[in-house]
Amino acid sequence: MANDQLSLTFAALADPTRRAILARLAQGEASVTELAKPFDLSLPGVSKHLKVLQRAGLVRQSRNAQWRPCRLDVSRLREASEWVGEYRRFWDESFRRLDDVLQEMIKEEKKTDEDKGRDHDADD
Amino acid sequence: MKTKGEITMPTTEYVIEPGKYEIVSTVVLDAPRELVFKAYTDPALFAKWWGPSRYENRIEKFDTRPGGSWRVVQVGADGSEHGFHGVNHDVVVNERICQTFEYEGVPGHVALQTATFEDLGNKTRITAQIVFQSVMDRDGMVASGMRSGADESMERLAELLASQS
Repeated sequence: MANDQLSLTFAALADPTRRAILARLAQGEASVTELAKPFDLSLPGVSKHLKVLQRAGLVRQSRNAQWRPCRLDVSRLREASEWVGEYRRFWDESFRRLDDVLQEMIKEEKKTDEDKGRDHDADD
Repeated sequence: MKTKGEITMPTTEYVIEPGKYEIVSTVVLDAPRELVFKAYTDPALFAKWWGPSRYENRIEKFDTRPGGSWRVVQVGADGSEHGFHGVNHDVVVNERICQTFEYEGVPGHVALQTATFEDLGNKTRITAQIVFQSVMDRDGMVASGMRSGADESMERLAELLASQS
């Protein structure tokens, strides 16, 4: 398994519970106990997911406050989102344009068929 | 539901798995596959759709026979040029095109891309698979070759999370 940053980020994002934890943290910081509640998870279970998220640089945990709140670090997510975005933009736009070209081709084919039909009628 | 005369945008699905060397994109277009194949293999038609519209495509080589080579240069409004080239390996009429792909901005990193056309009556499903030589190549090629400089906002981030959940 490659250890480059994007792979770590995507691997961390591949799990639905971890995405839900991120979505919760997008609303503001939370303690491990608060994070465990809606997911019906044990504290060690949540801690395990948090460790993966921290290793990927997606979540930071404060060492100062007593309750050690977790918060979202958006820079890595932004990198991943940008990367996917570039690729998607290239191909979304290409396929949209291909669709336009195809519709033009269909129109021209129909027109040619109609013209042929007319020529045929004239011959008769 | 699609009604007659309604303009619908094709939706492309992307599968990008962590640690893998490939990206798979799938889209269904509203045209018979003979036309799709033609749009992929006729240089004048290909130039009309490949890549973002802010670039003009200059086709330098476009031999779609197996073993034939291709080179396309994307020219920006400011005159900037981005070259791409490769060799067609396997071309099966109306069915698939398998070719190598190299972005000249990052020479030496060759990818293998295969487009498969599936006949769905008057529609065609295109499956485009691109396999890179490494995860780094996969992640690096797009970052350097297709960067538009757009700054992603928090909304995009929220969108990403929402779409993944």
